Amino acid sequence: METAELKETVQNIVNEWKDREGNLIMILHQIQNRYGYVPREVSLQLSELLDIPLARIYEVLTFYHYFKIVKPGKHRVSVCMGTACYLNGAPGLLNELEHLLGVSAGETTQDGLFQVEVVRCLGCCGLAPVMTVDGKIFSSVQKDDIAKILSDYSHKEPIFSSGDTGSQA
Amino acid sequence: MEKRVFIKDTNHVGKKERTRDFYTAFLAQLRERKLENDVQLIRVADIGAYNQGFVVHIYPDDFLYSNVEMQDIPRMIEESILGGKKIDDLVCHHISKQFRIVLRNCGVIDPRNIDEYIVHDGYQAIEKILSGYTPEKVLEELKTSGLRGRGGAGYPTWLKWQFTRNVPSDQKYVICNGDEGDPGAYMDRSVLEGDPHSVIEGMMIAGYVIGATKGYFYIRAEYPLAIERVKNAISQAYQYGLLGENILGTDFRFDLEIRLGAGAFVCGEETALIASIEGKRGYPRPRPPYPSVKGLWDKPTVINNVETLANIPVVILQGGAWFSNIGTGASKGTKVFALTGKVKNSGLVEVPMGTTLREIVYDIGGGSASQAKVKAIQTGGPSGGVIPEDFLDTPVSYESLQKLGSIMGSGGMIVMDANDCMVDIAKFYLRFCVDESCGKCTPCRVGGTQMLNLLERASEGTGKREDIEKLKKISLAMQRASLCGLGQTAPNPVLSTLRYFEDEYLAHIEEKKCPACRCGALFRYSIIQEKCKNCGLCAKNCPAGAILGDRESGYTLDQEKCTRCGRCFEVCRLGAIFRG
Repeated sequence: METAELKETVQNIVNEWKDREGNLIMILHQIQNRYGYVPREVSLQLSELLDIPLARIYEVLTFYHYFKIVKPGKHRVSVCMGTACYLNGAPGLLNELEHLLGVSAGETTQDGLFQVEVVRCLGCCGLAPVMTVDGKIFSSVQKDDIAKILSDYSHKEPIFSSGDTGSQA
Repeated sequence: MEKRVFIKDTNHVGKKERTRDFYTAFLAQLRERKLENDVQLIRVADIGAYNQGFVVHIYPDDFLYSNVEMQDIPRMIEESILGGKKIDDLVCHHISKQFRIVLRNCGVIDPRNIDEYIVHDGYQAIEKILSGYTPEKVLEELKTSGLRGRGGAGYPTWLKWQFTRNVPSDQKYVICNGDEGDPGAYMDRSVLEGDPHSVIEGMMIAGYVIGATKGYFYIRAEYPLAIERVKNAISQAYQYGLLGENILGTDFRFDLEIRLGAGAFVCGEETALIASIEGKRGYPRPRPPYPSVKGLWDKPTVINNVETLANIPVVILQGGAWFSNIGTGASKGTKVFALTGKVKNSGLVEVPMGTTLREIVYDIGGGSASQAKVKAIQTGGPSGGVIPEDFLDTPVSYESLQKLGSIMGSGGMIVMDANDCMVDIAKFYLRFCVDESCGKCTPCRVGGTQMLNLLERASEGTGKREDIEKLKKISLAMQRASLCGLGQTAPNPVLSTLRYFEDEYLAHIEEKKCPACRCGALFRYSIIQEKCKNCGLCAKNCPAGAILGDRESGYTLDQEKCTRCGRCFEVCRLGAIFRG
């Protein structure tokens, strides 16, 4: 991404939120939604714009599972490990994914195409076990379905979830 | 008004073709009459009736028909959809054990349209209050109703509000806790997505009573649709003058904003949630002072769960006395449960308090999804416990579940069958709490990890007899000394499985066996040579290359290489793979 463009985007987000109390988490959400993670240079810029120490930003980033500080893979494959999914075979799905892609949960394949992760609960327990690829939900997944799902995505461009969440009430 | 028709095949779960044919036939007949734009035909996942053939529900007339056949379609269209008349011989006589207060509008109204909420008595409660109820009168009504917090602890709602109201302050806040972290519960998501205005109205009433002019929704970032719907609902409420200044021509003022969670279970705890809204790490702090005295930005704050807030408008409109007639003992009203796991009809159910667990699991849920018997249910998520099958006749209430060593919690209800290992379940929940522990206090941070180590040992076959005593001891320390609810309740899944299924722990520790064949180190797969026809399917599917041999000389399983993934067991059609 272009540095100038990045700077401007961050500036705009900060302008929108600057005067509201407790804005840091909301600003980070918007940045992550746009870029898929919070790059270090953005944190540096935020620290200046908001006049808070960098440590304060990293303190928050590292506390919450949702925030990422390294660039994610092109497609994000998440296996739900909520209780219903766990009982209905989610560990087997994760095994199969790790086996097919040759990475463990939390890692990205060498070609940067797929990132495998475990999520807490997506709240679709009636459809267990579920996994998502780039936010799209696949329900009642069987081990045998996974290879097909992955191959469908290996040529697709990722679709990021809409960048704007809860900015203006 | 546009009609909506819900259809569902309640007999053949999983057979989508039958529903599709029925749907197509219905749609074709609507098209013939050029009704396709006026009637919305929807296939739904759950319609509230089970084993009743095709069930058809027509809105807004609220006609519920069961055992409908293809040839009934024309008369349903002519008489009910166009004529607005009920067809008596189709009416569903099955009396549902469900009773919907919280979910009253979910699936019935279009949550993106404020007008539909208003038609369904929406914003009538706040209007009634603003045109003549004093805050005391509202509190009185809530007290009569007996409504208690639905987030888990079951604290009387009126009392919480009264405390906050009594603290003098220039600014107060209302927070809606939508940080539904319990894995396996999703009623808050459904209410926020399906009926966001009812929660907004509940928050307005809370604001009026305690004297707050500002409220926050705190919603999990994992629920993007809920966030979008709430955002849309808030802006519609502003457009209609239901939020902002001079609401409904009075001097009542209320503003709402959304704040997002970021994947931290501990933020469901109220003091941690407050820290998170303030933009900080979600660390809990000791109470007192309670948020009702010192909450968000040190101002008095009331925090209510989504489900609690959705109840409030109904309590006001129908009256506290009406509400208190539903339910049992000290638990009034209804409770929404997310019935999931190894159960046939999985989904959200709302039942009056006092309904027995058996009615929920068998009459509504249809019992076990497979041949295996239901072994236990788990309620309350990582803070709750398991309840064995023998105790399913217990009526649901805050107290009764607590007596059994579990809790009501936010309403997750997970059914487990004979193939589920209780040590494994305890380990699953405990690992969740260990991962989610914020690390601020020692009992939770260290105690949880130590307990997890002991459970790991048991499931790996290196457990010792004295570990059980140790588990109990650490549990006690965590319950007594942890700073917040997360640590205090984290041992519950372990304690309750120990209480009812100690034999399973002993089997793991002393016999080095996992009765449910879940703990990889304590069982093995092997090939039963008498049954094996040398087809080679297992060898082809084994991801670890642990099955050696060929079609001529037969196959053997190399225990060293086997990862216990169970693939061979699943693919073998001859039952020639032994597990145990």
